[in-house]
Amino acid sequence: MTELLAMDGHGVYVWSAYGLSLLGLIVVGAWPLASMRMLVRRLRRRNRIAARDQAASAPGDES
Amino acid sequence: MGIWGWLKHKYHRAGSPRWFFAGSKGWMVGLYIFGAALILIGSVWGLGFVPPERYQGESSRILFVHVPAVSLAQTIYIAIAVAGLVFLVWRMKMADLFIQAVAPIGMVMTAAGLATGAIWGMPTWGTGWVWDARIISTLVLLLLFFGLMALREAVPNPDRGARAVALLAVVGVVNIPIIQYSVEWFATLHQPESITIGQRPTIAAVYLWPLGINALGYYCFAAGAAIAALRVRILHAESGTEWVREWVRGGDE
Repeated sequence: MTELLAMDGHGVYVWSAYGLSLLGLIVVGAWPLASMRMLVRRLRRRNRIAARDQAASAPGDES
Repeated sequence: MGIWGWLKHKYHRAGSPRWFFAGSKGWMVGLYIFGAALILIGSVWGLGFVPPERYQGESSRILFVHVPAVSLAQTIYIAIAVAGLVFLVWRMKMADLFIQAVAPIGMVMTAAGLATGAIWGMPTWGTGWVWDARIISTLVLLLLFFGLMALREAVPNPDRGARAVALLAVVGVVNIPIIQYSVEWFATLHQPESITIGQRPTIAAVYLWPLGINALGYYCFAAGAAIAALRVRILHAESGTEWVREWVRGGDE
């Protein structure tokens, strides 16, 4: 295990390269999923507001 | 319907944001999972189950994350350039959305390729950075991806912005052969390609397996992310339409 970590003295290079690559992949993979979630939330809110405005401006059935 | 008719049919289908959105979620999830699994297998293989290279020692293992990243970044740029051409010729809206969706992915992959290259250079070349043709042209690639994103933000008129972005995408493709041939045309520390299509690879077969698996994994994972990002762009662009309102109300994501 320590051998795998040390990589014959090159551990710091190998592991930092793999770490940065993993970080890049996580950013690439998670970013669109997070922005989808945010966009859907925003669109839902907009829909609700539009529906409320419509209900307020409509003369209503009982009149 | 001949082959041409079939292609035309597919083209028009792919050009419909609504159709793409409806049919793409399964592909997205599948490519994410398949890509991540391949990257896991290839990385464990490359880190623990191949012998260190004779001259570079253990740091040669950086190959398995460096090459897939830079190869993917260049492929993404070529795809963006094709989309730019499609947009300029046929004004296909999906081509514009595609460029916006994948430019950030290309930028991150280029950055990962430059970073892993610099780290690899320290023990093998004795320096993390040299101003040579390969590295400069890859830096230009990074700036092109960034430029595509920044240009879009900078032009207030969306139609003109889309056209400017598409034009930059097409013009910038000249940088790709420069990256490719930089190691042959100029004196450089960077080694020439070890794997060329149609030729016998000059790299030992033991290294080809983890490299190939990781490369395929990177491509699949990025394709999943590209579909996910394109779905966001479609939803945003079509947010005023009835089908989006309907879908948002549906509650499923």
